[in-house]
Amino acid sequence: MSEIPGDLKFLKSHEWARVEDDGLVRVGISDHAQGQLGDLVYVELPEIGASVQAGHGVAVVESVKAASDIYSPVSGEIVAVNENLNDKPETINEDAFGEGWIFLVRASDRGELNELLDADAYAELVENEDH
Amino acid sequence: MTEKTVLNDTHRALGARMVDFGGWDMPINYGSQIEEHHVVRRDAGMFDVSHMTVIDLHGARTREFLRHLLANSVDKLKVHGKALYSCMLNEQGGVIDDLIVYFLGEEFFRLVVNAATRAKDLEWIEKQAKAFGVEVKERPDFAMIAVQGPNARAKVIGLLAEVDHERIGKLGKFAAAAAQGPHGMPLFVARTGYTGEDGFEIIVPQEHAVALWQALAAAGVAPAGLGARDTLRLEAGMNLYGQDMDDAVSPWEANLGWTITLDEGRDFIGRKVLEAQKAAGVKRVMVGLVLDEKGVLRHGQPVLTANGVGEILSGSFAPTLNKAVAFARIPAGEPGDVRVDIRGKEVPVRVVKYPFVRDGKPCEGI
Repeated sequence: MSEIPGDLKFLKSHEWARVEDDGLVRVGISDHAQGQLGDLVYVELPEIGASVQAGHGVAVVESVKAASDIYSPVSGEIVAVNENLNDKPETINEDAFGEGWIFLVRASDRGELNELLDADAYAELVENEDH
Repeated sequence: MTEKTVLNDTHRALGARMVDFGGWDMPINYGSQIEEHHVVRRDAGMFDVSHMTVIDLHGARTREFLRHLLANSVDKLKVHGKALYSCMLNEQGGVIDDLIVYFLGEEFFRLVVNAATRAKDLEWIEKQAKAFGVEVKERPDFAMIAVQGPNARAKVIGLLAEVDHERIGKLGKFAAAAAQGPHGMPLFVARTGYTGEDGFEIIVPQEHAVALWQALAAAGVAPAGLGARDTLRLEAGMNLYGQDMDDAVSPWEANLGWTITLDEGRDFIGRKVLEAQKAAGVKRVMVGLVLDEKGVLRHGQPVLTANGVGEILSGSFAPTLNKAVAFARIPAGEPGDVRVDIRGKEVPVRVVKYPFVRDGKPCEGI
């Protein structure tokens, strides 16, 4: 299994969240999730400026096999999306925790991050899923 | 309970991602479905299709029985080893299953039917066979490996006994013959497939399946999962049972009219309904769709036409084309500007004739 960066928080539905130095929250899907989905062929990105709610679907990633909703870990406003994924959705397969990020949120309540799983708890979740 | 083919451990040792496939624990891919798709289009790949059901029919009246059972005519099978694709219909003209029948002797025909439909197929066939005194024998002792791609035949032939090389090399399309594989293992080699590429489907006694798989791998045939098999067959314009047709769909509505033989004096199951449908004209037709915008067409999405709403049957990203394609069943008549409802957004699509891909290349107009 791949390394899970310790600075990330996770939803049970496999999205990760990272608080950047400027306080914005970057969101993607975990390496485990991309492995489960297989080759990604399309990402439906949210609109910049859209307001999002924690736990609600804001984007869609499609693998050859299926479409999956991506939920926002926090409420707030979308301030950036990873346009690179329009042409290279497979970036998520190659670097899920880095270049494969999906969107950036200005959180209205960063306290919501405390509700998320930390890296160890997420690792345990994945471990249990595999058995 | 999930069933396993004799190659299950082999798939796991290769790191395959396993999924439930109609009650069978099967490899969806061994890493990248897209790479596996391309290797079949460009070189040679192999699929474990041992979950498919082999049924041997024996008896003096077997041909007569198959004339009754199948919508296509077994009378087309005159040469030993020749195969025929057919639908097996219910009394209402709906498709119980699609299958391949091999002519192996006047009193011996072999059927290969789908995995997910095994129980209902067997029940139906046994019920119909009684009146003809035909023995219906399932062959769970066989495994089956499909080797597909432009280099597939050469790689398989290289593994056969020297004496078989020429004969199997000359085997015509949709024909089968016995041959000797590595270490003298007995093979039933059929020049059939489900990918739009040339190749063989090989039936092998279970106890030799792992050795055959390994010999094929050593000969440069890449393992491919059922995920790639699905995108390959969609590009090649081939129907999938359960998605593109089922018990409630007639062959006319599933673009399988070419498999129906209305030969004189043959009273096959479902014939009366098919004839009535032909005379009246069908209300739904199956078409190909191409999405030129970004996105993926999926099973079940509504298809909006000038004549009403249809739906996507098989739909997927097509790796050879690098865009999404689908089959759809839509109301008959000039469809106008066709759109697909993708998660509430209407996206324009083009209605096209399929196959989408032939001989490894996109077809004209796709």
